[in-house]
Amino acid sequence: MSRQIKVERIKEGTVIDHISCGQALNVMRILGITKEYPSTAVTVAMNVSSPKSGRKDIVKIEGRELKGDEVDKISLISPHATINIIRNSGVVEKRNVSLPVTLEGVVTCANPNCITRFEDTVSKFKVERRDPIRLRCLFCERVMEQKAVINQF
Amino acid sequence: MDMDFRGRDIISIRDFNRDEIEYILDKALEMAGEGAPLMAGRILGLLFFEPSTRTRLSFEVAMKRLGGDVVGFSDSHLTSITKGESLSDTIKTVETYTDIIVVRHSREGAARLAAEASSKPVINAGDGPNQHPTQTLLDLYTIRKELGRLDVKVTLMGDLKYGRTVHSLAYALALFDAEIDLVSPPGLEMPEEVITDLKAMGARINVSNKLDISRAQVLYVTRIQKERFPDSEEYAKVRGAYKLTMESLHEAREDLIILHPLPRVQEIASEIDGTKHAKYFDQVANGVPVRMAVLALVTGVVD
Ligand SMILES: [Zn+2]
Repeated sequence: MSRQIKVERIKEGTVIDHISCGQALNVMRILGITKEYPSTAVTVAMNVSSPKSGRKDIVKIEGRELKGDEVDKISLISPHATINIIRNSGVVEKRNVSLPVTLEGVVTCANPNCITRFEDTVSKFKVERRDPIRLRCLFCERVMEQKAVINQF
Repeated sequence: MDMDFRGRDIISIRDFNRDEIEYILDKALEMAGEGAPLMAGRILGLLFFEPSTRTRLSFEVAMKRLGGDVVGFSDSHLTSITKGESLSDTIKTVETYTDIIVVRHSREGAARLAAEASSKPVINAGDGPNQHPTQTLLDLYTIRKELGRLDVKVTLMGDLKYGRTVHSLAYALALFDAEIDLVSPPGLEMPEEVITDLKAMGARINVSNKLDISRAQVLYVTRIQKERFPDSEEYAKVRGAYKLTMESLHEAREDLIILHPLPRVQEIASEIDGTKHAKYFDQVANGVPVRMAVLALVTGVVD
């Protein structure tokens, strides 16, 4: 018999599935869960086998739906993640995160001398690679790798 | 081939493909020696938030050779226009007076931001350690003028880590299938990020700490700055090892040309100035037709 992970079903909230392996804690960081805990029940599964992606992480959050910018940030560290919105114990909406070709806002350029850090303007990046993420600032042209992106969340 | 540059910004060499770069270089060749008042009645705004006398003079001469006029400032500390004002607001003010704007600024990405704020064409004259596209264009222009082609063997020597001109030049040379030797003191090597980019473009790159001058058709020397070294002894050693002298030229090819973005700080002995290889002052002069071409193309007075 294979080992089963028993994960409690949630009644209202969000299940973030197909998170890139090892990124569950960063997803929680994006959602600010450390701060909100214990007002929300959170279930985390890491390194779970998945027929689709080999290994994956899962995060379930009771009583919360994600905001647009939270979904955008998750897309940066887990481009294959799916967001399932649960109501009355059933999935009412399932969507994939989407990572645009040009990313506006969401992250700040890591270059301390970049003009976007001094002017009131929206940051813009070209997405040069999706997984792991690689961004190029459209202003200063510097590259931001995954580590620098995660550091901001 | 027809290309429309009217209204375009010149911010980064990365914005241009090979055909577009060649088009600008061809136009510059037509402009050399020309004095036609193509820009009569037009005004160029020169906004030098960071001073650079050489670059400013070159743009100013280019505009005047075309019969146009210039306004602006050469050091933001001397002006009230920039006191606490955002760059965008300064640009929006200046664009009401001018037909075209040239910006030099110490912050990376400043020219791109200026271009977003302006409805008039913006030319980047250096945004901190990032881009200086007209310098790259005049480097290419000089190589093509002297050697007749751009798919040549180029050695970039000096501070390849912080030297902005060499990053953009290497990128442009890779577009033209040049073979590139990178020679620098230990610790001042070309950043890995830039080399990865170049290799992704299919460039042939050789990295070394020692110059083999016999390989080069173009030797592009850059400044090694004292402040990059922990102590002056180390600096003196490196400066000595990477200094070009008459002796360094023994193994040089007949057609070798030596370039330098200037100003130099002893990287090239003055005894070399009189040789047929020295082309760095011609390179400075070439800045004028190249900038004339850029100014005329983006204003649409030529196409
Ligand atoms: Zn930036």
